[in-house]
Amino acid sequence: MPVPRLVPVLASVLAPVAVIAGAVIGVSLLIMAAGYDLPGAAHAAVAGSVGSSFAILSATLKRATPILMLGLAVAIAFRAGVLNIGAEGQFLAGAASACAVGLAAGPVLGRSSVFLELAVGATAGACWAGLAAVLKRWFSIMEVVSTLLLNFVAVHLVGYLIRGPLQEPSGSYPQSSLLEPAARLPLLLEGQRLHAGFPLALVIACLVWWFYRSTAAGFRFRVTGSSRAAAASAGLINVDAVQMQALIASGAIAGLAGACEVTGVTYALYDGLSPGYGYTAIAVALLGGLHPIAIIASATLFGALGAGADAMQRDAGVPAEFAAVAAALVVLGVLAVPSVRRFRLRTGGERRP
Amino acid sequence: MIETVVLDGFLQAMVRTATPLAFAALGELIAERAGVINIGLEGAIACGAFASFVVAMTLGPEAGFLAGGIAGMAVALVFAFFVITLRAQQIIAGAAVSMLGLAVSASLHRVVVASGSPSAHVDTLSAVRIPGLADLPLVGTALFAQPVTTYALYLLVPAVSWWLYHTTGGIAMRAVGEYPPAVTAAGHSPQTLQLLALLACGFLAGLGGATLVVAHSGTFSDGMSAGRGFIAIAIVALGRWTPRGVVGGALVFGGVGALQFLTQSMGWRTPYTLVLAFPYVLTLVAMAAFRGSRAAPAALGHTLEPIP
Repeated sequence: MPVPRLVPVLASVLAPVAVIAGAVIGVSLLIMAAGYDLPGAAHAAVAGSVGSSFAILSATLKRATPILMLGLAVAIAFRAGVLNIGAEGQFLAGAASACAVGLAAGPVLGRSSVFLELAVGATAGACWAGLAAVLKRWFSIMEVVSTLLLNFVAVHLVGYLIRGPLQEPSGSYPQSSLLEPAARLPLLLEGQRLHAGFPLALVIACLVWWFYRSTAAGFRFRVTGSSRAAAASAGLINVDAVQMQALIASGAIAGLAGACEVTGVTYALYDGLSPGYGYTAIAVALLGGLHPIAIIASATLFGALGAGADAMQRDAGVPAEFAAVAAALVVLGVLAVPSVRRFRLRTGGERRP
Repeated sequence: MIETVVLDGFLQAMVRTATPLAFAALGELIAERAGVINIGLEGAIACGAFASFVVAMTLGPEAGFLAGGIAGMAVALVFAFFVITLRAQQIIAGAAVSMLGLAVSASLHRVVVASGSPSAHVDTLSAVRIPGLADLPLVGTALFAQPVTTYALYLLVPAVSWWLYHTTGGIAMRAVGEYPPAVTAAGHSPQTLQLLALLACGFLAGLGGATLVVAHSGTFSDGMSAGRGFIAIAIVALGRWTPRGVVGGALVFGGVGALQFLTQSMGWRTPYTLVLAFPYVLTLVAMAAFRGSRAAPAALGHTLEPIP
C-alpha cells in the first residue's frame, strides 16, 4: 500500500521546509527590529543568490561546493556513530597539502598535476582524521575532543606554512604564491566561477548513496551508527574497525573538499581560507537528515544563504552576521522538530550494558 | 639570560591570559562533571563579552562584569532547553548554540555601532596591588598585581572545589555525570541538577567573556572569543576533570599565549604560529599518555533517560 507510506515521506519533506521558514521569519524580524530596510535586504539577498545565472552559478553553487562535500563527510561519520567535528581541520589539511603539491608539481606535470593535487588532498584529510581515529581506538580519546583540537592544530599549521615554507617569494604577505593556471581545476563555463569541483561533489553524493544502499560495508556503517550494541552482538561486525573506517573516509572527503577549494577557487593558501565551512557542514548534514541526496539540497540552500548574505551586506548594508543567525536557527530547529529528530543520533545516548 | 623585568612581564601576561580561560574551563568542568559536554560555551563567552561591553558603557565595568555572567547564563538556558528538555544530542546542540551566540552577538554589535554608540571603548578595571603579597619575589607581581576579576577567580576555584567534593549538592551533581539512575534512586532529580550545573557553567563562561572586555581590551569585536570555549574543553581534559587541574591547564594555555610577549621582548625569531599549536598537541599527548578519557565522568555526553 503506497498511501500510508506517503505520510512519513511528506513529513520528512515538510518539516525541514517549516524549519527553514521559521529561521527566515526569525531573522527577518531581527533585521526589522534592528532598523534595517527589510524589503531592500530581501531583494538584495534574492538577487545575489538566485537572481541571475551569474548569481546561481558563480555565487550560490560555487559556495555550495565545499559545504556539500563537507556535509557528506560529516554525514558519513555521523551515520556510523562517530562525531567528527573536525571537518574544518581535515579541510585545511587537504587544502594545504594540495597547495604545496600544486606549487611544486604544477610547473613540471602541467595539466595532470590537478589529479595529483586532489589525491594528495584527500590523503592528507584522511591522515588528519586518521590521527583522531587512532587516538579513539587505541588511546580511548573521545573523537569529539580530538577532532576539535586537531582543527586548531591545522589552523596554526596553515598559519606557519604561509609565513614559512610556503610563503610567496617576496615574503611580505602571509600567503602562498598563486597556483599555475595548469595546476588549477578547470572552470565549467566561460565567464563563470563554477569549477569542476561541483560535479565531482555531486558524483560523490551519488556514490555515498549507492554505498549505503547497495554494499555490505555500507550496511555495516549504518548498523553501527543505529546501535553499537546491536551491531556488536550480531557478531560479524567489528564496530571499532567500522567506526575507524568511517572517520577516515569522512576525513578523505573533507580533505578533497579542501583541495578543490584551493585549486578551484582561491588558487592560494592563506589564513581564513575556510570561513567556518567545517562547522556549517554540521548544519548542512543535519538539515539533510544525514541522507546524501538530501544533503545536495541542503548544501545548495546554505550556499544560497551565504551568497545572499554577501549580497545583502554589499548592496543593502545589512551585516552578513544576520545570515549566520539563520544558519544557527536552522540547526536548532532541526533538533527541535520531532519528525526531523527521527534521525536522532544514537551516539552516547545509549545505555551501557 | 632572561632579565627579571621581562620574566615579570611574561608571568603577568600569562596569568592575565589564563584568567578568562580559567573562568570558562571552571564552568565547563562543572557541566562535564554533571555529564554534559557543553560545546555551546563559545557562544556564552561571546554573548558575555558583548553584554558586558554594552552594560559597562553606561553602568561601569563592575556592572558590566556581572552582566556578562548573566548573558552567559541566558545562553546556557537555551542549551539546557535543548539537551535536557528536548533530549537533543549534546555535541550538535552545543555546536548550534555556539553558532547562535557568535552570530547574535556579532549582529547586535553591528546594531549598536550603527545606532551611534556613545563610545567604542569602555573603562577597564585597573590592576590592584595587594600590599605585601605583591612584593613577593618572582610571582608577586604576576599573581597579586592583577585586576579584581582575577582575584574573583582565586576565590571561585576553592569555592567550586569545596562545593563539588564536600556538599550534598556537589556530590549528587557529580553522581549525575557518573551514573544518573543512582541519583534518581537517592531521591534527586538528575534533570534539575544538570540544569543548575549548566546555568553555573554559562555564568562562569559569561564572566570569562566579560573579563576580555572589562579587564583586557575595553572594547568588543566580532569573534573576540577566538575559540576560547573550545580551548576550555581542552583545558578540562588536560586538567583531568579536577578544579586544580583546570587551573594548571589554564596556566599552560595562558603561558603559550603570553609567549608572544616573551619572544617580542627578547627579539627571538621563532615560528610563533607553530608555538600556538603546541598546547593543543600537548593536550592530545597528555590524554593519550593517561590512556584517554578514563578520568572523564562515565556518563559524559549521554542523554538522560526521560522522566517516567
